[in-house]
Formats: sequence, structure tokens, C-alpha cells
Amino acid sequence: MNNSTKQTLRQGASAAWPICLGYFPIGLALGVLAQKAGLPWWAVAMMSVMVFAGSAQFICVAMITAGSSTPAIILTTLVVNLRHGLMSSALAVYLQGVNRGFLALYSYGVTDESFAVNLTRFRKGGWDRWRALTVNHLANSVWIMATICGALVGQFVPQGALGIDYALTGMFICLLVFQLQGRIYVITGLLAAALSVAWYLLIPGDSYIVGASMSAATIGYLLKRRYRRGR
Amino acid sequence: MTFNDYLFLFGGMGLVTYLPRALPLLYLAHKKMPQWLIDWLSLIPVAILSALLAPSLFTDAATRSFAFGKLELLVAVPTLAFALKTRSLGGTVLIGMLLYWLGGML
Repeated sequence: MNNSTKQTLRQGASAAWPICLGYFPIGLALGVLAQKAGLPWWAVAMMSVMVFAGSAQFICVAMITAGSSTPAIILTTLVVNLRHGLMSSALAVYLQGVNRGFLALYSYGVTDESFAVNLTRFRKGGWDRWRALTVNHLANSVWIMATICGALVGQFVPQGALGIDYALTGMFICLLVFQLQGRIYVITGLLAAALSVAWYLLIPGDSYIVGASMSAATIGYLLKRRYRRGR
Repeated sequence: MTFNDYLFLFGGMGLVTYLPRALPLLYLAHKKMPQWLIDWLSLIPVAILSALLAPSLFTDAATRSFAFGKLELLVAVPTLAFALKTRSLGGTVLIGMLLYWLGGML
């Protein structure tokens, strides 16, 4: 391995560790639930490799337990994961003109967490697609291992140890702070918070993430444009 | 369920997860994006992060009802202050975990 590859891997790892820390307990919990639902460990591994989407995997296990049909589970997965389309669109700003083979591989690892970390880094500068891909795949590896561990030995791990359940919440809070680069970002964030809570309470299902974030970004964009014109 | 049942289920789930992640990226990365779209997309991260966080802090997932003063929210306040002050991702994650852990023991 030459030095620049090493550096890419090291910087990728140093950006990815909060994600890995957060994924571990969640992956364990998923593995335990899946095992209780009757999935063998290899099916858990297969799901984590083929799907790699935490919340959809939890819902899948719950639906298998409830005896739902395969088409119902697949349709629910589609709805729950549509939000990643929005994240991919935002990432496209920083991956202009990159070859399609790379993008096809990169897309596999676009999750809420890798998106938030990589986008923050891209925006700050000094970040490139290979470092971003390293983040995606490190997070993916930890997720696959954690879910398998959970299926095999998860029932012996104590719940809630060291506050590790808060790792991803803490990470999102800090990444949110990094995004606040002006008044319009603060306003958009507050709008999205209020809208998502109201949407979550009033409308069943998972449309609140996509619905609230698109609405808030649109209102924020219109406010910004109006403010610009007004000057 | 047999191996083939799982393969079919996870294959379907994988496909509907992958396509929304891949299609916008494959399309938009090779297209000149209009400025309004870039401006709009620049507000998407802050909006998504808020929309992911806020319901977990202000609502109870089991009953899907409004809940003010959950431990998650109480810990979020000093964690947010720490993030604003230090701008350290790793530090914020660890402070959040520590406070949540201590809070859970009270």
C-alpha cells in the first residue's frame, strides 16, 4: 500500500468511527430481534449485505414476526428508504462528473449517517470521493459484523451499557451544528424540526422525514430568494 | 422460511433500497444542475438532520404522541451546547453518551 492510500484509509476511518460506535449497539439489537423472530444468522448476514438500511431492517424483522407477506415488506422498505434519494441528490453536487462505476458502488453505502458525515466533510473541503467511499464501507462492515454478532451472542450483552444508545443522536446533533452556516440554515432547521414533529404526530407512516425536510428546504429557499431580491 | 424465500425477500428489499440511492446520483452527477437546484439542495442536509432528530427528542415512539422532557431531550441540550462551543464531533458523541448513561442511572 502506498502512502496516499494509507492516508485515505486513515482519514476515512477517523471520520467513520462515530458512525461505527453508533452502529454497533443498533446492529447487535437488530441481530437479537432477528434471532428471536426465527432468522438464522446467515439470513441476518444476507440481509445486512443486500439491504444495508438500519430502520428498514428493523421494520422487516417486525413484519416477519407479525407474519406479513413478502410484497408488503418490500413495499414498506421502498417507502422508508425513499429519503435516501434526497440525500443522493445533495451528494451529487460534490460528485459531479465522477464515473458511473464509482457512483454505482458509492450509492450502495448512502445511509443517513454516512450521508451526514460525508456531506459535512465535502462542504468543509479537503475531502474526496475515495475518503467518502472508505467511510461508507467501514460503516457497512461494522454494521454487517454487529448484526451477525447480535444474532449469535447478542442475548448475553447487557442493554444500555455506557450510554452507547445515544451515540448516533449525539453525532446527528453535532453534524446539525456544523450545517448551521448562516441565519437561513438555522431557520430551515427550526422549520424542519417543527414540521417533522407535527407531521410525525398527525400522519401515520414514515413520510415525515422526506415531507418535512423537503417542505422546510423549499420554504427556506423561498425566504432566501425573497430576502436577496429585497435588498 | 427457506434460503430461496430469504433470497427473494432480501433481493427485493435490496433493490428498492438501492435504486433511490443510485438513480439521483447517477443522473444528477452527469448533468449541469441549475443554480436554484443547488441552492435548494444546500438546505436539504440541515432539514433532514432536523427531521431525523426532532421526533426522537420531542415524541414518544411507542404511543406516537408528544412528549416534552424526555431524557433524550434533556441530554440533547448540554450536548448541543458542547457541540456549538467545541465543534468536536468525537467529543460531542462521547459527552452525549456519558450524560445519557448518567441520566439513565438517576
